[in-house]
Amino acid sequence: MDQVGPVLVDGVIYSAWLFIAAVGLTLVYGVMKILNVTHGSFYALGAYAGASLTGAWLARGYPPALSYAVLLGGALLVTLVFAPAIERGLLRFMYAKDEVVILLVTYALFLILEDTIKLIWGVNPYFVAEPYALLGSFEVGGLKYPTYNLILVGLALALAAGLAWVLHSTRVGKLLLAVIHDPEMSRALGVNVDRYYLVTFTLACFLAALGGSFTAPTVSVVPGLGVDVIVLSFAVVVIGGLGSLPGAALGAVIVGLVRSVSVHYMPQVELFVIYSVMALVLAFRPRGLFGLAEPRKI
Amino acid sequence: MKPDRTPALLGAILAAVVAGGLLLPQWTLFILTLACAQGLVVLGLVLLQRAGLVSFGQALFYCIGAYTAGGLSRAFGTGDLFVQMAAGAAAAALVAFVLGFLLARYRGIFFGLLSLALSMIFYGLIVKSEALGSTDGMNLVKTTLFGVRPDAAWVRYAMAVAAACVALGAAWLTHRYLRTPLGRLSPAIKDNEIRVEYMGASVRYAIHVNYVIAATLAGAGGALAATTVGHIDPEMAYWTTSGEFVFIAILSGTGSVIAPFLGALVFGAIHTVAYDVSPNTWQMSMGLALLAAIVFLPDGLWSLFAKRKTA
Amino acid sequence: MQALRKLATLAFVAAALAPVWAFAQQPVKIGFVMFLSGPAASPFGVPAKQSADFVVDELNAGKGPAPYGKAGFGGSKIEMVAIDEAGPTTSVVTEYRNLVQRSNVDLVIGYISSGSCLAIAPVAEELKKLTNFFDCGTPRIFEDASYKYVFRTSPTATMDSVGAALFVKEARKGIKSIAGLNQNYAWGQDSWGDFELSMKTLMPGIEVKTSQMPKLFAGQYNAEISALLGAGADVIHSSFWDGDLEALILQASPRGLMDKSMMVLTTGETAMHKLAAQIPDGTVLGARGPFGPYAPDNAYNRWFSKGYEARFQAPPNYASYQMAQAILGVKAAWEKAMAGNGGKRPTNEQVGAALEHLAFDGPGGHVRMAIGKGHQAIMETAYGMTKRAGGKLTMVNVKRYPAEMVNPPEGAKSADWIKGGFKK
Repeated sequence: MDQVGPVLVDGVIYSAWLFIAAVGLTLVYGVMKILNVTHGSFYALGAYAGASLTGAWLARGYPPALSYAVLLGGALLVTLVFAPAIERGLLRFMYAKDEVVILLVTYALFLILEDTIKLIWGVNPYFVAEPYALLGSFEVGGLKYPTYNLILVGLALALAAGLAWVLHSTRVGKLLLAVIHDPEMSRALGVNVDRYYLVTFTLACFLAALGGSFTAPTVSVVPGLGVDVIVLSFAVVVIGGLGSLPGAALGAVIVGLVRSVSVHYMPQVELFVIYSVMALVLAFRPRGLFGLAEPRKI
Repeated sequence: MKPDRTPALLGAILAAVVAGGLLLPQWTLFILTLACAQGLVVLGLVLLQRAGLVSFGQALFYCIGAYTAGGLSRAFGTGDLFVQMAAGAAAAALVAFVLGFLLARYRGIFFGLLSLALSMIFYGLIVKSEALGSTDGMNLVKTTLFGVRPDAAWVRYAMAVAAACVALGAAWLTHRYLRTPLGRLSPAIKDNEIRVEYMGASVRYAIHVNYVIAATLAGAGGALAATTVGHIDPEMAYWTTSGEFVFIAILSGTGSVIAPFLGALVFGAIHTVAYDVSPNTWQMSMGLALLAAIVFLPDGLWSLFAKRKTA
Repeated sequence: MQALRKLATLAFVAAALAPVWAFAQQPVKIGFVMFLSGPAASPFGVPAKQSADFVVDELNAGKGPAPYGKAGFGGSKIEMVAIDEAGPTTSVVTEYRNLVQRSNVDLVIGYISSGSCLAIAPVAEELKKLTNFFDCGTPRIFEDASYKYVFRTSPTATMDSVGAALFVKEARKGIKSIAGLNQNYAWGQDSWGDFELSMKTLMPGIEVKTSQMPKLFAGQYNAEISALLGAGADVIHSSFWDGDLEALILQASPRGLMDKSMMVLTTGETAMHKLAAQIPDGTVLGARGPFGPYAPDNAYNRWFSKGYEARFQAPPNYASYQMAQAILGVKAAWEKAMAGNGGKRPTNEQVGAALEHLAFDGPGGHVRMAIGKGHQAIMETAYGMTKRAGGKLTMVNVKRYPAEMVNPPEGAKSADWIKGGFKK
């Protein structure tokens, strides 16, 4: 049985999904040193918004080809409604507090947002299959794959390239790197760190929402969608190194391939293979594969 | 030096439980017993917090304690509370001793995440085990105290008193430990590890010891919870369970060894009220309660009672 | 400020732990427990709650079909106390105790998760409160222990897998291999285990190509679908439910998984209405018993399904049916006990004695409390294949299997019974 082709394709598709889902988390940690549990909530918000708006769009008979733009728009909408409000209204008062306390604040927000989603969209599942089916399918190793999955891969690559370009080639990006390395010094040199925090948080939440939104056509959007994404994203980001974008990419690729291999050849270990990889990486490289060594201030 | 009022306080609380328990309804006694179990786990967390470490994997030891109790129940039909707690504590301590060699090297968020990963691996292992009932878990035999099964009308009271004795006893022992040189090292480690090493103390050793003690407490708590509820399942090792303990730890603050139990009680109250008042949005209520605690009680509940911040 | 905070905290704790005073004795207070949040709410919890709302309102108004015509339970109005089943087991047990000891309910109907049922059963015995499990599937409850106060008016999950195996054997000639795609937790493991065992007993020599067990709520099944496509089994068994089931159908359909193999979805009925357009013809759907599309055309079903759909704009699914059956069964037992008690309000023990070995009828058909020493119900089951006819999804090729054929006999453990060749 020619398995190698499908294993690779499955691995790549899953890695792309993981990268899109996790990159926002590493961005927030890198810049703001916060482990943002609401990351999962924004993934869910994006999924719900994308699914419900696209469903309404298609129900009114508008062109299905534009449904992808609606998915994007949905993610953008929920981000703009919730992210700046959260950052300005609550988080920025917490920056002085301990890392763990901030994490718990985001955890509390996650609980609140879970029920907010329930209040807005109810408990019934949403799904929009049309964007998924619209693009047809392709074959690898005798197996059919919907072409939509290539969009996910394309999106992941675009995000990676886009973020890398912004960070290294634009003025804004370089200032952001400065803020990552030393917020106090940056502030002293006149950088508006608060604004960078706001923008970073909003961007990271948008990325999470985007992940949710573009995944929505492939799944049924149900309550609890965000919970598993949180832990998976954490694992990917930790493996790659908190705060490192290439790390997130590498982490996603590793986890995606490992999972694909285990599903095809050893289905019984699939349940905890990701945590084992995470523990293994942490045991030998505590900061993750590309983690930045941080000097601890004495 | 201010006189140490904690032992007296602990004694007073025990007396209050013994006397007041006679007047409380059964369901309150049940919640009280569970609060003792959770309080034990959180006591361990508070211990680690004083050294600047937050563990997101205490659920691992909580679950080990619970499944040890469950194993005893299934293999030998043992329902004795004290035997189960001792066995659970011992099993957890053993695992912590081994894992401590690895974990004591980590700080900050990485300590938390590695402990979380280990806890989730254990979860995966139990879920895979159909012999242990997988996600459905298994039931335990009825609890006995020193081999005797109390009468149905007295069971809750007896268990609450027994739990309080063990919990408050553990709190007292922990309090004693915190007054030893090794115990006093924790805040120093949190402030400045390098200086502690220069003074000749071993930071790794201290953290390792604290980790084992925290695990022992969690194991005992897990066994107590197991026998009180009468049922165990793998979710006891899931990260959300660890999250709950950290929630209570933040709620309690590190002010005193009594704080975790108070925190557990308040948490239980918040939980029940949330279910009652808003069954469709109880998560939101809990989230708001947690935010309120963080914003208005930054040093935990204990700051309401104590003038000084840490013991 | 400090003093105020102290006072506020103490007052809060006191208020929370203060008991709720019991109401006047007239109404029958029933505690209902099901998932009102989380992923199990939409497919099971909410349809069950809606069903309870409908049935209780109808019964209170005396509009139940005969012999359920008396108002409420024997003339006493039914008062509903509904709580959420979500949360860790410690909280489920705590809330059950609160329901019984603080809210003072007369009896409890509920529980969807097998883990909850297993944990609650001994507590119900300890508190001597009649508790009727309406949905959870694990056969372990009455196979591992005996209870006086615990009942289950729905058949166990064993029936689903055995029925599926029987259907598969008859449905297609020349089946040589099977594969599984189930969630990696007790429900999925047990469902697959029972199905695999049943198939091996019914068709010895059958090959198991692969058993995929993704994490519960994984949501992304591309890799598993690839593995299944590669394995090329004749039959694929899945006990996926709700979000996972819908994701599976959405991801598998375009890739042709259901064209290559006969797909058996043992709890597929819940997806029938929403995903009608996506389910290919020839998919085998189960409804965990004679519910939904398999429900008989009797007076109870007409009353229930029409009324439910009129009120909620959606047809009832099997969770709704199971809840309706649970309430009607307890009502029948209550009124029987009342008659034997000289018309006075019966105790939990008397209702229990009446419910034991009871046979009654509901929207799903005939229910017999025949095993588990009279505490566990058995019913016939049905399986069919989907076929789209005029835009609507209908079930064709429906086969019904009598209760004794798909449920183990009294005193037998499910696994042993299957291995032993389904001896009566």
